[in-house]
Amino acid sequence: MKLTRRHTLLMAFGSAAAAMLPLRAFAAVEDEIAAFTGGAAVGSEGITLIAPEIAENGNTVPIEVDAPGAEAIIVFAAGNPTPAVATFNFGPLAAKQSASTRIRLAGTQDVVAIARMPDGSFVQASQEVKVTIGGCGG
Amino acid sequence: MAENVTPRVRVPRDATAGEEITIKTLISHTMESGQRKDGDGNVIPRSIINRFTCTFNGETVIDVTLEPAISTNPYFEFQAIVPESGTFEFTWYDDDGDVYTDSKDIAVS
Amino acid sequence: MKLLLRGGVAAVALFVAYAAQADEEANLVINEEIEITVRTDAPEHLENLNTIYSGWVFRSSETQALQMDDFENPGMIYVDNALEAWSNVEGSEGKSCASCHGAPEDMAGVRPVYPKWNDAAEEVRTIAMQVNGCRTEQMGAEEWKYDGGDMLAMEGLLASVSRGMPVNVAIDGPAQSMWEKGRDIYYTRFGQLDLSCANCHEDNYGNNIRADHLSQGQINGFPTYRLKNAKLNGVQSRFRGCIRDTRAETYGVGVEEMIALELYVASRGNGLSVEGPSVRN
Repeated sequence: MKLTRRHTLLMAFGSAAAAMLPLRAFAAVEDEIAAFTGGAAVGSEGITLIAPEIAENGNTVPIEVDAPGAEAIIVFAAGNPTPAVATFNFGPLAAKQSASTRIRLAGTQDVVAIARMPDGSFVQASQEVKVTIGGCGG
Repeated sequence: MAENVTPRVRVPRDATAGEEITIKTLISHTMESGQRKDGDGNVIPRSIINRFTCTFNGETVIDVTLEPAISTNPYFEFQAIVPESGTFEFTWYDDDGDVYTDSKDIAVS
Repeated sequence: MKLLLRGGVAAVALFVAYAAQADEEANLVINEEIEITVRTDAPEHLENLNTIYSGWVFRSSETQALQMDDFENPGMIYVDNALEAWSNVEGSEGKSCASCHGAPEDMAGVRPVYPKWNDAAEEVRTIAMQVNGCRTEQMGAEEWKYDGGDMLAMEGLLASVSRGMPVNVAIDGPAQSMWEKGRDIYYTRFGQLDLSCANCHEDNYGNNIRADHLSQGQINGFPTYRLKNAKLNGVQSRFRGCIRDTRAETYGVGVEEMIALELYVASRGNGLSVEGPSVRN
């Protein structure tokens, strides 16, 4: 197609808006997940991950994880240079097996939370978070 | 020694026995991820808080392993059961070996 | 440049769905008690706008939430540091800020009227200039770096005790010529991108420029904790960033053009509440 300046600008605006860095490969994090789960099958019920659809800034992204009854919840950022984010281990005095924190995301990617339940089973939730870069934020 | 590392915690002053309370914690810390480079192109080494624990009268509420992807000025919010009066102890462990602490008493009626 | 903005306006249609994450109708109440005016009628001198909006209104709901509670607000860490500094004795005169000024709460009403004309010094002063004036002349202490950590923390403290009070900088009298100078700079196009402050912040607030949701560029919330660099940022540093983004040679912090611009931009927000330390992206 004939690339007029307007076309290029529109494409640049459109792509910058959706922060289309290549969607970071999920596969890179699978080893770390396997280390946590020991390769066990991972279900999807009973864990909630709350994260913004679009992060205003990748430096500080608020997230919340909740898995009633879990022993521990581990959080990964599948597209970060090092995917591990945090592991929350809940003690006997935790009223809920939930926690909120603020994380860094290097670009648009999936955030993954996996909970280990007392019976040895695992459940997982994940959500794509779009991280916008570029603009006149200086 | 990391500079200017100040913990802050918010715990209700009182509660009823067995009540679930919300605890918020914040500590000022750069959380140098090990991904940045300085002006000369050398990698600035990682230097983060790598563990945070909260106990109540000696029993664990939460024990968090932190990685470099936790933002500057690490913030945690979580829920605790308060069975009786006592003291919450908060501890942050730094990569450089420093340990920062804070504590809050709570009165249970 | 018209081509750039025209293309941008067309592309904005792509953005609007994403920008819906920001709740532009929301109200800000801090700690469930301090009511902040985030939208109000534009002051009389501002001919091209009917309503003025705080930058808070343009941010995502998660960012907005960070400012609603002093514990959640990471900028308050620096205010705590300044609270300690407030009582530190420094300099040859053996005084601290507290020695003359009492408690920080007693400084309520100061931030809303700055920058302002200082009769004794015969110049328009920003808060940073006034703080350094106090330090050198009254305390016999060394100046703080204009946009350094100590100064910004103190600006944060002074702003925090005036939260909820309406910005009210004087634009007439001895300050008038500085104000007019600032106004002229605001409407002058700079840099390779040939953009003036008004092109984005008056003509296109609410739209996106690339991935940024443009605000009106009000400064009632400064100093601001930016998620981008996880620390407090001062007004003039922010101006430098903006000017650099038009690919222009920026003014230095503390020079007359910057003071003039700060005075003028502050006056565009007359009526909005002091909000600092605010949280922005």
